[in-house]
Amino acid sequence: MKSKAITGVLGLALVGLLLVMGGCGPAKQAEPYVIGSIFSITGPASYLGEPERNTMEMLAEQINAQGGLKGHPVKVVIYDDEGDVTKARLHAEKLIQKDKVLAIIGPSLTHTSMTVLDVTQKAKLPLISCAAGVGITAPAAERQWVFKTAQTDQMAVSRIYQWAKKQGLTKVAILTVSTGFGVSGKEQLNALAPQYGIEVVAQEVFGEKDTDMTPQLTKIKSTPAQAVICWGTGPVIALVAKNLKQLGLNLPLIQSHGAASQKFIELAGEAGDGIIMPAGKLVVYKLLPDADPQKAVCQGYDEKYQAKFKAPASSFGGYAFDSLKMLTLALEKAGADKDKIRSELENIKNYVGISGIFNMSPQDHNGLTPDAFVMVKIDKGAFQLLD
Amino acid sequence: MEIIAPLLQYLVSGLTNGAIYALIALGFGIIYNATTIINFAQGEMVMLGALCAISIYHLEPSLPLAFLGGVGVVTLVGLTFERLALRPVKDPNPLTLIIITVGGAVFIKGVAMLLWGKEAYALPSFSCNVPLHLGTATVLPQNLWVVGLTALLVLALEAFFRLTLMGKAMRACAYNTRAARLVGIAAGRMVQFSFGLSAALGAGAGILIAPLTLGVYDMGTMLGLKGFSAAIIGGLGSLLGGVLGGLLLGVVEALASGFISSGYRDAVAFLLLLVVLFLRPQGLLGGQK
Repeated sequence: MKSKAITGVLGLALVGLLLVMGGCGPAKQAEPYVIGSIFSITGPASYLGEPERNTMEMLAEQINAQGGLKGHPVKVVIYDDEGDVTKARLHAEKLIQKDKVLAIIGPSLTHTSMTVLDVTQKAKLPLISCAAGVGITAPAAERQWVFKTAQTDQMAVSRIYQWAKKQGLTKVAILTVSTGFGVSGKEQLNALAPQYGIEVVAQEVFGEKDTDMTPQLTKIKSTPAQAVICWGTGPVIALVAKNLKQLGLNLPLIQSHGAASQKFIELAGEAGDGIIMPAGKLVVYKLLPDADPQKAVCQGYDEKYQAKFKAPASSFGGYAFDSLKMLTLALEKAGADKDKIRSELENIKNYVGISGIFNMSPQDHNGLTPDAFVMVKIDKGAFQLLD
Repeated sequence: MEIIAPLLQYLVSGLTNGAIYALIALGFGIIYNATTIINFAQGEMVMLGALCAISIYHLEPSLPLAFLGGVGVVTLVGLTFERLALRPVKDPNPLTLIIITVGGAVFIKGVAMLLWGKEAYALPSFSCNVPLHLGTATVLPQNLWVVGLTALLVLALEAFFRLTLMGKAMRACAYNTRAARLVGIAAGRMVQFSFGLSAALGAGAGILIAPLTLGVYDMGTMLGLKGFSAAIIGGLGSLLGGVLGGLLLGVVEALASGFISSGYRDAVAFLLLLVVLFLRPQGLLGGQK
């Protein structure tokens, strides 16, 4: 009887000790901020998704190495939509319901973004897309929870037409890819042409995986076009450049900002010389004057990216960079409150990013102006600034 | 509407692509003749040829070396594939073997994605890039290389099958395997050799087309399908049929792309296949089997 009692008391004491020890453990770590991402890491748009994923991981590591956001570590959950609309939607649902994220960055493409924003708007979750289609953030009244960091194709088209008008061009042929990016670009090219006194005399389409655009270019050859504007992304636009040279078509070729990467120059080879396009400042930051506030940001990003991934940084990774950076600015002020995060994102002013200087507002969830672009020309295998 | 001027250009493009489809179709035909199965990994041999040649070129910038090296490596892959994936099958009924080739194709594509990533790579043209003018059309020297080398390979293949002992042995196996065995032909070795030969042809096709279309890890899928369609259109098992089917497919594709709409390019290619299957299922030059 006595031994039972002693055992009982000892047992209770042990339990009590454990409880106290448990309570007196090291201070509980602050709740991590969980951020979701959907990128096209594999599939036809992997040249977008891979640098975006790399950049997210690199930045998240940096933030956590510096102690997190006001003590909260950042946890990034990245899913691959493979460029597929259905997968993108499923990942969005998963991030919201299973991973319980505070915000989603991505997707990489216009058509996947349009699907995902459907899901995130219903769930009242901030979405920062890395795609360029105009419809992602407009009309503003119907996109209150959606932001984007890629420069709008509408702005790219304006810059191109501005340049074309200065050169005295009045008739152009447009050659667009059949993806969402191309369709959106085609709309903008047609819509804005009259404003600059330009007539679109030919409209041809090619597929993302096509390998021979000589039929389309042959048709363009028989029109009075004075220049060819190609709107697409991926290796196929390098083939357009090659096919143009192949046909001996002596027309200036203007590409979209989707061609603004070293990889394009590499693939196009000799056919790349003379091509003109609008580009984010990242591809030509070395040529910028030191006084340009974007120069330092681009340089820092490029150097860190090259050191870690042994490849030059691309504008596409830059979209993810700007997205995460602005999200951290909002998180620091708002904490883990989706509504407040959204408001803070909307109020970001003068954020000097890779893709431009962002000034968000309730009517403009992209925050960029056409100055985010510089017009560049490929000369002897390198980008040069065009005045 | 002007027809003649662009027509010539479409023909140039069509014949170039057609020659590539012809080479791939020949690969299908040779294996079909030796084994009565369809090797769906044929398209991946094209891709491997292109990417291996590009890698070799990066190490040592010599195009002939890249070409021969690429063909050599892929031939080995073809031989190994037969030896490891197909020969050991206990119950070699055609359906099982075909499914194994499909699996092989997926595997090879996955390995290629790991080795080369998802990027596209360029191979320089075999000679200069100055376009030549043929009437109203412009032809790149590379187009001439493709058509010329394909013609050479087809002639060499015909000579091989008609004049050499090995070629005759392969044909004997195709006609009647048992009889061939009875006269002392090692049928198993003929099968393996046919895989190696098809792989070599596929690799050649890939290396020829890479300067024009770039090499990517997933280029084999569509090319394989189109090459297979070309083989069916021309008549599976007939070498001349494979060539004819390939050229026809390439030209019809280019004409549809030019005159109707570029979006319909792939659709027209497969429509042609359907039409041939409905009207003449044994293919244009296929005999009664």
